[in-house]
Amino acid sequence: MAIKNQIKMSIQSLSENVGIARVSTAAFAALVDFTLNEIEEIKVAVSEAVSNAVIHGYEYQDGEIEIKMTLYEDKIEYIIIDHGRGIADIALARQPSYSSDPERMGLGFAFMESFMDELHIESEVNKGTQVRMVKKTLLKTEH
Amino acid sequence: MILNITTSLKRGVLLVRVEGELDMHVAAEFRDAVDNALETTGVRHVLLNLQGVNFIDSSGLGVLLGRYKRISVLGGIMSATQIQPQVLQILELSGLLKIIKLYHSEKEALECL
Repeated sequence: MAIKNQIKMSIQSLSENVGIARVSTAAFAALVDFTLNEIEEIKVAVSEAVSNAVIHGYEYQDGEIEIKMTLYEDKIEYIIIDHGRGIADIALARQPSYSSDPERMGLGFAFMESFMDELHIESEVNKGTQVRMVKKTLLKTEH
Repeated sequence: MILNITTSLKRGVLLVRVEGELDMHVAAEFRDAVDNALETTGVRHVLLNLQGVNFIDSSGLGVLLGRYKRISVLGGIMSATQIQPQVLQILELSGLLKIIKLYHSEKEALECL
């Protein structure tokens, strides 16, 4: 499928960069006529994916997080990649309320799933994790 | 991204006014500010004024849940007011509204608590 627009970013795995990633992905989504509510949903989904990379992927250590945003004819796609610890059991990690920390709600993947139309997770232990999220833009016009 | 937190004691309730984006970057700062105020004042009830909060994700929810757990074992109630719609949606989805009481205003909350 033809790519209409694409931005690739690389950020250091730092908590202060989560907000920057969020704002950038929202700005990219604003190229399409998403509603404010839909843009908020994208911000939450991306925030969860990037936070996961910082907290779980790199466990607050140094690392690089790649963010690839692509606009297609009928959908917008966000890919978040880390080269960190990886997820041993993706099915378990995707369960709502699964969290390794009592002060966390374990809702990260649940939010990504409910706010985006597609969620694909690929992970290998000690290699890293790739999260691919898609939101459909059907019937939307471009600015 | 800066978080502004002001805490004050009103009628035996810890009023916490927050401004900013409640994500993982500010979660620890928020937790420490509220926990310190709870310790200093010795009160059990918390009222959150979230008028200035325009974003929350699961890290922000986690820190709210943590404060709820802390005060609820002492019989404290967690309540909130002035929540922006997009934040309200997340609170609703997470199930946190089952444990956080909502009020229209600080005044109404403080009269009821």
